[in-house]
Amino acid sequence: MFSASDLKKGLKVEVDGAPYAITEFEFCKPGKGTALYRCKLKNMITGSTLDRTYRPTDRIDKPDLEERELFYSYHDGDFFVFSDSETYEEIRISKKLLGNKVYFLLENAQVSVLFFKGQPIDITLPTFIDKIITETEPGARGDTATNVMKSARIDNGYELQVPLFINQGDTIRIDTRTGQYAERVSKA
Amino acid sequence: MPSASAKPDAIRELAAKQARFAFKARLFSLLRAYFEAHGFMEVITPSLIGAPAPEEYIEAPPVPPGLFLRSSPELQMKRLLAAGYEKIYQMGPCFRQGERGRLHREEFTMLEWYQAGADYEELLEFTRGMLISAVTALHGSGPCPCGKSTIDFTAPWCVLSVRDAFEQFADTSPKASIETNCFEEVLVSKVEPALPKDRPVVLKDYPARLGAFARLKKDDPSLAERWELYLGGVEIANAYGELTEPAEQRRRFALFNATRQSLGQKPYPEATEFLAALDAGIPPSAGCALGLERLAMILSGSERLDEVMFPEEALH
Repeated sequence: MFSASDLKKGLKVEVDGAPYAITEFEFCKPGKGTALYRCKLKNMITGSTLDRTYRPTDRIDKPDLEERELFYSYHDGDFFVFSDSETYEEIRISKKLLGNKVYFLLENAQVSVLFFKGQPIDITLPTFIDKIITETEPGARGDTATNVMKSARIDNGYELQVPLFINQGDTIRIDTRTGQYAERVSKA
Repeated sequence: MPSASAKPDAIRELAAKQARFAFKARLFSLLRAYFEAHGFMEVITPSLIGAPAPEEYIEAPPVPPGLFLRSSPELQMKRLLAAGYEKIYQMGPCFRQGERGRLHREEFTMLEWYQAGADYEELLEFTRGMLISAVTALHGSGPCPCGKSTIDFTAPWCVLSVRDAFEQFADTSPKASIETNCFEEVLVSKVEPALPKDRPVVLKDYPARLGAFARLKKDDPSLAERWELYLGGVEIANAYGELTEPAEQRRRFALFNATRQSLGQKPYPEATEFLAALDAGIPPSAGCALGLERLAMILSGSERLDEVMFPEEALH
């Protein structure tokens, strides 16, 4: 259990059986009254937010969270399978939970998987991955402006905005946190 | 002489604070001058004390084997009132264990003053005159620039009873909030954010239960003679028409110590010298405690107390 004085921005707590991260925190002490610990909480599974105010005598549950480094192996229908390189244990994570992150999974890439009460709830990918552009309008020769963008696709169908000078077959770097183009790695 | 860039971050932080510290020093000297000009005597009472006032939610840090760092100079200054000192003020450090945040530090500087024969309304007029005088000297006449906004100290202050503020901004009554044990939550989440910020705001006439060391109003004993000043939505000062009846004071000390115990806090030793002064007779008086760094923070347009204070010392 946490006591209210342990609360701070970034701390992960359990509220009504779900894991939450504290995204905003304020210590208040109005007048001669009791101290109040005001928190904005974000549900680590659904992303929904919650305001909670605690008093000094309140106790807050610690969430049962565990982070493990796993390797992405293969996908099997709507599930993506990750394996533990030491125990060879296989963990299946649904496409629904991974969302857009499925587009940035590279075979054998090491990812950090977060478990809540033994169930995977999120993964953290390598920040940057390199991908080949499979489809885009031909680039304008000599146009090196990076502020004018056009649509492009990578091999798995993911669509993103790239600068005009990018051509089909070029390798680009994608920031997996935002899903956006970061830079060109090499030309076709 | 090392170049500026070679200096450690902590030294550069102090150098960057010099303008704010100079502003704060000027503010403090203006306030001192105002008190001197109005016949107040500066006093110094101990920071290391034997018996803090038994506040329900304020912790004076213990100093073994049995002393405390004062959370306020209140009890000692009231002993001076009992001894016949009529107009006294003090600027000095106060300590509150576990209070840390944008608007809190465990050690801060309190301006506290008492005037025998004055009531809490007169005290408010004095406070208004003092702040207008200081702000005009610092910023000239006209609304005072405070960060992104301005506060007009010379405009009529917004004085609201706690009851009106709760009804107007939170659609509830202080009484109902106390009964459901959420007075502070309502105050912080609904009332304070809705208070006007373009001029000083005063909340007054607190429910008797929240009067702390204020006397009750003669015409309505359900209310205490207490007001709080807000600047830019931030609580700056707390004032009382002082409670001077020994029996009622003892009753409240017992009540507050009981609350402390129910919250797992130790009761403080009995403030025997203060109680003896009360028995000997403290004249009718009014007093106010004002957080000087909070005032400096607001008047210099800062967002956090840390910006106007020396960095906190870490454990060594």
